[in-house]
Amino acid sequence: MTPPDAEKVVIVGAGPAGIRAAELLVKAGIKPVVIDEGLKGGGQIYRRPPQGFTRPPKQLYGSEASKAVALHTAFDRMVAAGEIDYHPQSSVLATAGNLLQALTPAGRKDFTYDRLILATGAMDRLAPIPGWQAPGVYSLGATQIALKAQGVALGEKIVLAGSGPLLTLVATQLLKAGADIAAVLDTSSLRDQMAGLPGMLARPGLVLRGLLMRAKLGRLYHAGVKLDRVENDERGPLAMHWRDARARAQRTACDMVGLGWHLRAETQLAGLAGCTFDYDQSWSQWLPRTDRMGRAAERLYLAGDGLRILGADGAEVAGRLAATACLADMGLPIPDATRDLRRLDRLERFARGMARAFPWPRDAVRAVPNETVVCRCEGVTAGQLRESVSFGGAEANRVKSLARVGMGRCQGRFCQIAGAELIADKAGIEVCDAGRLREQAPVRPLPISSWVRDA
Amino acid sequence: MTADLQPSRQAGRIVRLAEKGRPQVRFRLDGVDCQALSGDTVLTAVLVSAPAVRQSEFGPEKRAGFCLMGACQDCWLWSEDGGRLRACSTLIADGMQLRTAPPEGWQ
Ligand SMILES: Cc1cc2nc3c(=O)[nH]c(=O)nc-3n(C[C@H](O)[C@H](O)[C@H](O)COP(=O)(O)OP(=O)(O)OC[C@H]3O[C@@H](n4cnc5c(N)ncnc54)[C@H](O)[C@@H]3O)c2cc1C
Ligand code: FES
Repeated sequence: MTPPDAEKVVIVGAGPAGIRAAELLVKAGIKPVVIDEGLKGGGQIYRRPPQGFTRPPKQLYGSEASKAVALHTAFDRMVAAGEIDYHPQSSVLATAGNLLQALTPAGRKDFTYDRLILATGAMDRLAPIPGWQAPGVYSLGATQIALKAQGVALGEKIVLAGSGPLLTLVATQLLKAGADIAAVLDTSSLRDQMAGLPGMLARPGLVLRGLLMRAKLGRLYHAGVKLDRVENDERGPLAMHWRDARARAQRTACDMVGLGWHLRAETQLAGLAGCTFDYDQSWSQWLPRTDRMGRAAERLYLAGDGLRILGADGAEVAGRLAATACLADMGLPIPDATRDLRRLDRLERFARGMARAFPWPRDAVRAVPNETVVCRCEGVTAGQLRESVSFGGAEANRVKSLARVGMGRCQGRFCQIAGAELIADKAGIEVCDAGRLREQAPVRPLPISSWVRDA
Repeated sequence: MTADLQPSRQAGRIVRLAEKGRPQVRFRLDGVDCQALSGDTVLTAVLVSAPAVRQSEFGPEKRAGFCLMGACQDCWLWSEDGGRLRACSTLIADGMQLRTAPPEGWQ
């Protein structure tokens, strides 16, 4: 039972971070509100298919099946016992003061809070290549979601390209499910990968698993490639044009392309809630500033991939730590966090090693031809962006208003990092000096009709 | 390049790999009867028989979704009554009437 005068804690996100945070609060006698966009709790990696699907966890989550089951069970138990106030299929669109505005299936709903834990996860980090705006080009994450949550492939002949742990993983998962993969193209060179290895050895088991997966891909996998363009007709991809590690031109026929370069933290709500951001050189992106526990500001806590891209295990640890900080600040008894803090250090060493092994393709982005679409939403090209830098100066928010990059439907989620890279290149400055796009509410666009309907 | 390396260019994009035994669902897309399976998202359902969900407002190409996780907003389409829905996060339902272009008079 929550005492009547207890503070109200709201958690946004029901992935590993949000679920573990909720669990710790529940143990302390608090009934948190949990708001999540998904159909069911679980988040990205442990995403569950809709009702009526029957593949067992082992088939859906592979080696991580037991972790997935443990989290789903813990979450469903809390929901069934009424220990958390859970709002599925609900997007938080804005926050101001102690208010969250959300869109629920029934319409708009406001939530007030005394303390807020944001566990909003991450999404694919994208780099533009010529032709990527065509239908039939998807993010790597999308490719995996289609398989996991729908049991489908998004094409008959698939090229996966980019870099990062998801690249090999999604490729192996698709192959196992019977999809036809034409090539797996990694822009990271074997040399980059070796450079990341010392850090990654903080988790030797995972390194070994990655290598085994890589071995299974055999000759489909190519490291150190350069992606030239996706060749399209009206319907979508016909082929990927690329150069191999020895700079020989290659063309691989396909009708679907999955692209992604590791992950990008989802930080829009954190920004609106008043977080400070620092440019992180190893993850090549702006990340919110917190203490080791995840305290970002007065009454504001962050956890999981939305704070640091540590992966699912790290998200569970970070969720517990954020809830611990929250309890401590409420003056309640807290569990001993020493072990979790130590684990966090190890997971972070690994994650930084991985970020180094599979880097953001800085030089390739800087070199994209002028006609390359950078903003998929509104078709803004690299040329237009470069021109607006000469005209308006090198600051992301100025370039945004001049070239509209970051103004589209996705609000810069898929173009901001590349856009900043192009601005920095053109202006001859460091990417961290090109500024950061300010967040704008609503963090998801929505039809007016749903906004005026109150739940 | 030999022809057999080129995948077939059929209308839909979706290749079902698993869970094919779910009950069928009927809906209409641009006035044409279509079928999908219960539990399909609107995006999956539409891409079973069509290559895209809408025309891009800013370029010559069509759009077929991109992130499948509600982040890119690439996959919004219309229903006959003028409402809009995000295809990747909405489940298909029997009798849905969907459009890849706005209904007459919609703005
Ligand atoms: C598409 C994708 C696939 C991935 N696959 C793998 C994998 O196979 N293996 C692996 O090790 N790692 C994978 N990762 C990384 C992995 O997801 C994370 O390490 C882990 O899930 C992080 O947990 P989290 O709790 O921080 O966030 P998540 O699990 O991402 O959960 C965040 C939750 O917050 C919700 N949310 C976000 N914003 C809002 C909002 N405004 N309103 C309401 N709800 C919101 C989301 O819907 C989501 O349910 C993947 C990441 C992505 C993006
Ligand atoms: S495909 Fe990105 S929001 Fe639906």
